Amino acid sequence: MQQSNAYIITFSVILTVVLGLLLSGTSQVLAPIQKKAVELDTKKQILGAVLDASQLRAMKADEILAFYDKRISSKVVDIEGNVLEKDADGNPIIAENVNVAKNYKMAPEKRQYPIFIFHKEGNPDDVEAYIVQVYGAGLWDEIWGFLALDTDLNTIAGVTFGHKSETPGLGARITEGAVQNRFQGKKIFDESGNFQSVAMQKGEGKDYSDDLHKVDGLSGATITANGVNAMLNNYLRYYKAYFDKLKASKSSEVVALN
Amino acid sequence: MSTETAQAEVKKPAEGLLSKRRKKFITDPLVDNNPITIQVLGICSALAVTTQMQPTLVMAISVIFVMVMANLTISLMRNTIPTRVRIIVQLAVVASLVTLVNEVLKAFAFDMYKELSVFVGLIITNCIVMGRLEAFALGNKPYDSILDGFGSALGYSWIILAVAFFRELLGSGSVFGVQVYDAISGLFGEGFSLATNGLMVSPVGAFIILGLIIWVQRTKTGYVEH
Repeated sequence: MQQSNAYIITFSVILTVVLGLLLSGTSQVLAPIQKKAVELDTKKQILGAVLDASQLRAMKADEILAFYDKRISSKVVDIEGNVLEKDADGNPIIAENVNVAKNYKMAPEKRQYPIFIFHKEGNPDDVEAYIVQVYGAGLWDEIWGFLALDTDLNTIAGVTFGHKSETPGLGARITEGAVQNRFQGKKIFDESGNFQSVAMQKGEGKDYSDDLHKVDGLSGATITANGVNAMLNNYLRYYKAYFDKLKASKSSEVVALN
Repeated sequence: MSTETAQAEVKKPAEGLLSKRRKKFITDPLVDNNPITIQVLGICSALAVTTQMQPTLVMAISVIFVMVMANLTISLMRNTIPTRVRIIVQLAVVASLVTLVNEVLKAFAFDMYKELSVFVGLIITNCIVMGRLEAFALGNKPYDSILDGFGSALGYSWIILAVAFFRELLGSGSVFGVQVYDAISGLFGEGFSLATNGLMVSPVGAFIILGLIIWVQRTKTGYVEH
């Protein structure tokens, strides 16, 4: 049966409107729940840098949020290590709300760099680790991560990586605990205090336990591994000024105590 | 007048909800006309999502939902859809359903959403869905179409779940995330351990398992490609 053009156009318009309403309605209804899910996921990733994956998995959603509120405080710094409190419009800047993907499009000098401070249990004044956010490009799309540094601001306490669409079984393995654990205990500064970062090597299965700056690579996912290396190298550099300030303030505290 | 119609209805009793003909809609795609192993459709997602059981199960449920709903919708609209734009109409319906699934996953199963989002999106291009809409839903009643969609989606689901079972077991030594290899190694004492096969984690592993399933199935049913 051959329908007239008018019929086809009317049909298409009605279909478009109905489907459009259905989709936008669903999106509206689900938006607040999705926002909470994203927030929980971000906090999980931040905590993942300092907690064991099994420990985190055993916790329920509200337990994770409560734990986060109790143990983590956050601030935002610029590339010179100054703490940013208010944006140009006078609104407070909140580390959890900083959009790294959006920041990434700006020049490094203009970006905001969130720092998450992990406090010791029972002693909120003592710091157990500093967690910094990193962001970059993998093989197919964006990759990101959180890297926890011990209080010496040199030894890596843990990392969590995330990706948008790396190849399953290859590049996507950066989200696996076994791969992330390889970074633990590595150092980002060399013996004389110069920045050196850590880098995944080409190939997989070699033992790099005696090298503080090398990590076993991902076989078949060299470009993703290179992306991880570039991301760490860049972002840890951006945070360096803040680390230096922190170290300086710490040593002055020690001097004052003496 | 009214008695006449009543008599007409008696003459032709309503078909049972699960009559022999309707049962075939569901049982046929399971083995004899399986979308993956016989029609060789939907291979792409069968290779990609099947590294682990859990995401595969979510994918299977999503495909079942999309196929049943798409078949139902298209069947309900079948007399109004203009023939010249029917493919676009089918695509629009499927794409909307897939977007719905994606939004729901994002809200209620965020971890699954992160793992699957690319592939859930790819249900739109899954030939099984479009194939059933074009071949069945456009010409059949809603209830039959629901059964047909359900059957085909089930045929797809059991194959990808079977592939995922072997890939996760052999590739990661676990099933649904439960470490089976570790438990087995524990039974035989300290020195004993089973090695996982990295090949199974890569898409190559899926091809091998899928090939074996097709081989076994065709040996049993005696199916020959013409």
